[in-house]
Amino acid sequence: MTTTYPSPDLTGTAPTATTDRVITYAEAVREALAEAMAADDRVFMLGEDIGVYGGAFGVTGDLYHRFGAERVRDTPISELGIVGAAVGAALAGMRPVVEIQFSDFTCQAMDQIVNQAAKIHFMLGGAAEVPMVLRAPLGSGTGAAAQHSQSLEAWFAHVPGLKVVMPATAEDAKGLLLSAIDDPNPVIVLEHKLLYRTSGPVPEGAGRIPLGKTAVRRRGRDVTIVATGVMVSRSLEAAEQLAADGIDVSVIDPRTLSPLDDAPILEDISRTGRALLVQEAPGHVGFMAEVASRVVESSAVYRLLAPVRRLSGLDIPIPYAPQLESAAVPQVDAIIDAARSLVKDS
Amino acid sequence: MTSRLGDDAATATSTLETMWLIRRFEEAVDDLFARGLMHGTMHLSIGQEASATGTCFALRDDDAITSTHRGHGHCIAKGADLERMMAELLAKETGYCRGRGGSMHIADVATGNLGANGIVAGGIPIAAGAALGYRMQGLDRVVVSFFGDGAANEGAFHEAVNLAAIWKLPVVFLCENNKYGMSFSTEKSFAIENISERALGYGIPGVTVDGNDVEVVHATVSEAVDRARSGGGPTLVEAVTYRWKGHSKSDKNLYRTKEEIAQWRERDPILRFEAVVLERGVLDQAAVEEIRARATADIRTAVRAANAAPTPAPTTFSKPSSRPPERQP
Ligand SMILES: Cc1ncc(C[n+]2csc(CCOP(=O)(O)OP(=O)(O)O)c2C)c(N)n1
Repeated sequence: MTTTYPSPDLTGTAPTATTDRVITYAEAVREALAEAMAADDRVFMLGEDIGVYGGAFGVTGDLYHRFGAERVRDTPISELGIVGAAVGAALAGMRPVVEIQFSDFTCQAMDQIVNQAAKIHFMLGGAAEVPMVLRAPLGSGTGAAAQHSQSLEAWFAHVPGLKVVMPATAEDAKGLLLSAIDDPNPVIVLEHKLLYRTSGPVPEGAGRIPLGKTAVRRRGRDVTIVATGVMVSRSLEAAEQLAADGIDVSVIDPRTLSPLDDAPILEDISRTGRALLVQEAPGHVGFMAEVASRVVESSAVYRLLAPVRRLSGLDIPIPYAPQLESAAVPQVDAIIDAARSLVKDS
Repeated sequence: MTSRLGDDAATATSTLETMWLIRRFEEAVDDLFARGLMHGTMHLSIGQEASATGTCFALRDDDAITSTHRGHGHCIAKGADLERMMAELLAKETGYCRGRGGSMHIADVATGNLGANGIVAGGIPIAAGAALGYRMQGLDRVVVSFFGDGAANEGAFHEAVNLAAIWKLPVVFLCENNKYGMSFSTEKSFAIENISERALGYGIPGVTVDGNDVEVVHATVSEAVDRARSGGGPTLVEAVTYRWKGHSKSDKNLYRTKEEIAQWRERDPILRFEAVVLERGVLDQAAVEEIRARATADIRTAVRAANAAPTPAPTTFSKPSSRPPERQP
């Protein structure tokens, strides 16, 4: 059984360039930062160890040498101060891009993110804008344990006034970040730390990918998998293996969690009749609970051949021991099992 | 007036042995890590053994500490079991956190280590709170909060020190100023010369000492502990020291020079204490060498035993699912 659907529009945008250059996700982020800073003097970065150190995950690399200490600004370890400074600089007409070393440390900065950045435009009746970007790596898989491995995207997506982006490919890492920097609102960009060293095609000159546009990564007939972050590539891998078993899977990546472009998701689920929602974050009150609600609130519910299924990380802190850590979040095998049983049970 | 750590043979021996155990433990960790036998991430305190040892030796067994991401030395100096520590770093079921926490979350509550912390400055308010808790229960325990220079720029530091100051809590704020918060030097991250100057703003005493001199650290902290225990409130002690190794495994050391590192290696706190006790005639060369050898052997034993220990089984974990999991382990 092979898919008979035409090749999907994988990015939601028209192709922008011609070469088939392959770069890493981290390089793609750096390229976006470099292009944005070169194009607009208002764009500058601030964060811990982003200068000569090149960033805790090596993302900023040589940007310090290219753009100088004023625009690639090393800060003390002061997350609340850093984000607050970005809010202020944004109000003053700049376009700051903050790097928080691990997304877990946004906890320190929550007041500035949630009560200040997200609220100001609305609260002031539109009299001011906060065009800032906060980039931070999330996720488990590096043995960094409970305080360095969380997936807190649902927190941010829950707050009106924040846009939340989770790029799953190198091309998206670049394109979504460029759009985030353009955006007049505060945008949280959650990069997955396991993806930094993965590579993907990013055509020379590849440009913006609009925020709020879901991507169809693979079109299949039997099951719709909705996945974010590193779960996208795991789901695609699962889909390959399932295809060999005759189960034909769609993989849909919302990319922007807030605002959520749900039409392509609901459309695909209506077609397959089966929804498997995969996230790394714990299930309880997670992002995929929102997706599940949208399914049951829409006419897609009438087309379901089986109940919507969620596959989430366990509701526990991420453990240190490698075998516990990998058991705590969905792996390819678990996705295959869940998809297979979804088909079998219906 | 407290006596010096290097005045009598028994105290000098345990002081020196503790410092060597910390050094050898971390060298073993470094090696296991480099050979891919230990995973996760590690922050080594090699070069900073005197501040951990001098401080913990100023505490009673029932006093407590909060520790940092660079906390192996604090943990050992407070009396933790080497095998259980190593087992934790090797992600074993017999480790202090049953393999769930690793290096950054190591704790030995029984010896008063209320926990290492992966969050910079995360332990400082907890130390103030623990001091409050002990005092409210009528216990005369003191809490030492270890933190780095970088941590002194987090809001948590300021809020905790102020609370402790206004409530005169029995806590000692022990800043290990090793000159860098990751790659950012104290010269760049502070507009003051000594971090201890911050004490002034909170109305508590602050003092900066040579953190590579175990006796000076011990004497200073002892005084601060006495004052805390007798109701005099907190003290901010800044121990100036240096981390020889990179911040963690990904550190390319681009932010400091080889000469600077070499200079500080010459100020090795362990060799320095050895020289002091040898000169005073408190220990002889044979005794010093025996201490080194014993520390090396103890760490070997701990690594061997920890390696043989069972790994935690994911049996307490169901498959990832949407259902509520069993009580977290
Ligand atoms: C809130 C928070 N921000 C950033 C980090 C990342 N980080 C871990 S250790 C460290 C440097 C800490 O410097 P310092 O407090 O001086 O302690 P040292 O590492 O020098 O012992 C940084 C930036 C973190 N763990 N927590």
